Amino acid sequence: MPPTQRRIETEEIGDVTVVRFVDRRILDEQNIQLIGDQLFALVDEDHRTKILLDFGSVEYLSSAALGKLLNLNKKVDKMQGQLRLCRIKPEILEVFQITRLDKVFSIYEDQGIALESFR
Amino acid sequence: MPDDPTYESEVRIPSDTALGLRVQEQIIEVLRSHQFSDKTIFGIRLAMEEAIINAIKHGNKQDLEKFVQVRYTINEEHFLIEIEDEGPGFDPEDVPDPTAPENLERPSGRGLLLMRAYMTECDFLRGGNICRMRRIRE
Repeated sequence: MPPTQRRIETEEIGDVTVVRFVDRRILDEQNIQLIGDQLFALVDEDHRTKILLDFGSVEYLSSAALGKLLNLNKKVDKMQGQLRLCRIKPEILEVFQITRLDKVFSIYEDQGIALESFR
Repeated sequence: MPDDPTYESEVRIPSDTALGLRVQEQIIEVLRSHQFSDKTIFGIRLAMEEAIINAIKHGNKQDLEKFVQVRYTINEEHFLIEIEDEGPGFDPEDVPDPTAPENLERPSGRGLLLMRAYMTECDFLRGGNICRMRRIRE
């Protein structure tokens, strides 16, 4: 069986795990499943409780991907952790606004400001 | 602009999401060749993705013996697409409003909301088996 391809890249900045997405388009069902599994593992296996998702490279996002983000948010909440989103392109931000998920997630324009918000 | 101002095409695929994605890519290429703007294509892509996934997953339950039919027309005025599945159908009125505060964190209804937001029209025909969406050019 081939090794599972990483769909996210992580970097530790202080006690915050910064996550970047490998895919520009988070549309494909199988990729969304993998991305979800890899994000959930950050909480369930690696016990990370401060997570910043950097959307700088993401150009498309489907409702299935939004569902995974909501599940991640619930997991982080359950661990009394903090989840932040940053650098979302205007077109993608509009998707969050239409679905009103901009009210659910803490969204920051800039990575630096997002990182500071954890402290 | 191609010589013939009206372009029509039809494709029938088994209920496989990878094939659904390939159909979308083909349609996006045709839209680009017909000078649809990037902004319009962004919305059409999202709406098509949601509608095709709905047909494959919720309509045909990913049964590879069932097919999804995609018909579309592009002309100087609009892009019109019909996506038909072979499932039991559904009533869009039964889908909860995902923007209601009590539903914000529930999984359902967000795809339908995006389809309606990004397309000029979005209707369900024949008991919900056919999704017809239209997007007027900007």
